Amino acid sequence: MSIQVKNLKHIYEKGMPTESVALEGVSFEVEDGELLGIIGHTGSGKSTLLQHLNGLLKPDEGTIVIGGVDITAPGVSMVEIRKRIGLVFQYPEYQLFEETVAKDVAFGPRNLGLADSEIEERVREALELVGLDYEDMKDRSPFELSGGQKRRVAIAGVIAMRPEVLILDEPTAGLDPKAHKDVLKMIEDVHGKTGNITVLVSHNMADIANLSDKVLVIDSGRVVTMGTPEEVFSKRDELSSVGLDLPPITCLTEALRERGFKIRETILSVEDAADEIAEYLKAGGKAEC
Amino acid sequence: MMDSIIKIENLIFEYRKEEEEQPVKAINNISLEVEKGSFTAILGKNGSGKSTLAKNLNGLLLPTGGTVYVNGYNTADEEHIWDVRQSAGMVFQNPDNQLVSAIVEDDVAFGPENLGIEPAEIRRRVDKALEDVNMGPFKGKSPHLLSGGQKQRIAIAGVVAMKPRCIIFDEPTAMLDPKGRKEIMSIIKELHEEGITVVLITHFMDEAVNADRVIIMHQGEIFMDGTPAEVFGQGEKVKSVNLDVPMAVELARALRQRGIEVPEKIIGTEEMVEYLCQYK
Repeated sequence: MSIQVKNLKHIYEKGMPTESVALEGVSFEVEDGELLGIIGHTGSGKSTLLQHLNGLLKPDEGTIVIGGVDITAPGVSMVEIRKRIGLVFQYPEYQLFEETVAKDVAFGPRNLGLADSEIEERVREALELVGLDYEDMKDRSPFELSGGQKRRVAIAGVIAMRPEVLILDEPTAGLDPKAHKDVLKMIEDVHGKTGNITVLVSHNMADIANLSDKVLVIDSGRVVTMGTPEEVFSKRDELSSVGLDLPPITCLTEALRERGFKIRETILSVEDAADEIAEYLKAGGKAEC
Repeated sequence: MMDSIIKIENLIFEYRKEEEEQPVKAINNISLEVEKGSFTAILGKNGSGKSTLAKNLNGLLLPTGGTVYVNGYNTADEEHIWDVRQSAGMVFQNPDNQLVSAIVEDDVAFGPENLGIEPAEIRRRVDKALEDVNMGPFKGKSPHLLSGGQKQRIAIAGVVAMKPRCIIFDEPTAMLDPKGRKEIMSIIKELHEEGITVVLITHFMDEAVNADRVIIMHQGEIFMDGTPAEVFGQGEKVKSVNLDVPMAVELARALRQRGIEVPEKIIGTEEMVEYLCQYK
């Protein structure tokens, strides 16, 4: 299972005076089991791209091949695409609507026309994958849960479809620090257990740096760069020209390097930074400042 | 003695969930004064009582027990509720829920119009408020065409045009992207420098580092209260109530584990860089 996006172009309101090019010449590949982080500021085309990946939008040019199937080809079954590619929108808890958690999570699988026993099994599996206890949660109203729990229930609703690709659009936006950490951990767990391709869009550079195998940077509807977190976050000037920052810890270690610290370039975690700084200082290293 | 704009005495706020007999104490006996012209950040996880506290500060909620004074007015005194609201303005999380008009300048004028201010003065206030939030060129635009950060700036202008002494920001950047967050934080800093008392409720620790004072709420009570250095210097205590610490505090902890001494007062990135450069 892999994804190949080739030369994607999308124009909004084509032929109208307000016509605007949202994506142009977008090409990239995601390999089996990878976690792809996507960054870009608001209006860069990230959301338009996500909506192409699950067939909500059709490109004006280019192709998207997922697991050998070109989902942009005419006549391709949308139901089939949606079954294989699960998209979790921003603030997905706004879409909770059922009386109980179990019914809400079951909504998607039920629409697939599965047998009751199969539906129950999937609901149980999905709730447990997102870190919620099935017995404890199933009969509760989704509306009496905390913000972080609601979001997990909403994500479970997508996971219960057993998608081969899971796409999450800013899954931690608006959560408090604890819920933020819990949801990130959940994404790692789900990715680890299913081994599926996961696509994560976030404004939080530290999260992107820590979770992603590869990072895709988008600006004005085009791919700016793509690579491992180390590769991408070593391009500070390029990122800054498209309005993106380095992760906070990387900002700090780069500032130290500018002041003469001989430490590794593009450090992405606090623990690595502490190792490098401590080693440098203990070896008698002094800044020339 | 502190020259305070907000004075809270033994505040209790209870609400009753449907069908349940026992009321829930969202605020459990808090006493607090906020100094005129200060910048206070209030932190706490969801359900800690921080938003309930904020809503008690301008009479959107009234105390179950105790008293809240704003600019000398008791918030429970109906006769002065508009004095309270004019003294302490409020900006909420979602800008889309706060904008009421189809044109930016009409939206900003909404508050002053309701105060019965004469049109020429409203004109002056609206222009000044839009300038304060760097949105002057947008006054004839429609708010729905603006970005999240721009909309939030319009919401702030609407409050500024009421000429409040104090503005309470309830997670004003939670729904914004990094660029929008920066815009709003720089506006908040400018308003504070102009003399407005700022109370900022936030989940972002790096925003709290800018404040004069940090209050951490937990289970309806004040859990910590001090300067940012005093509060974040106690990283483990902050984390015990499920909050984060600024990145520099986290790095300080990791460095201490590796035998590098770092004073507790170092909580910001720039201070940390300076300190490490001087390290011997």
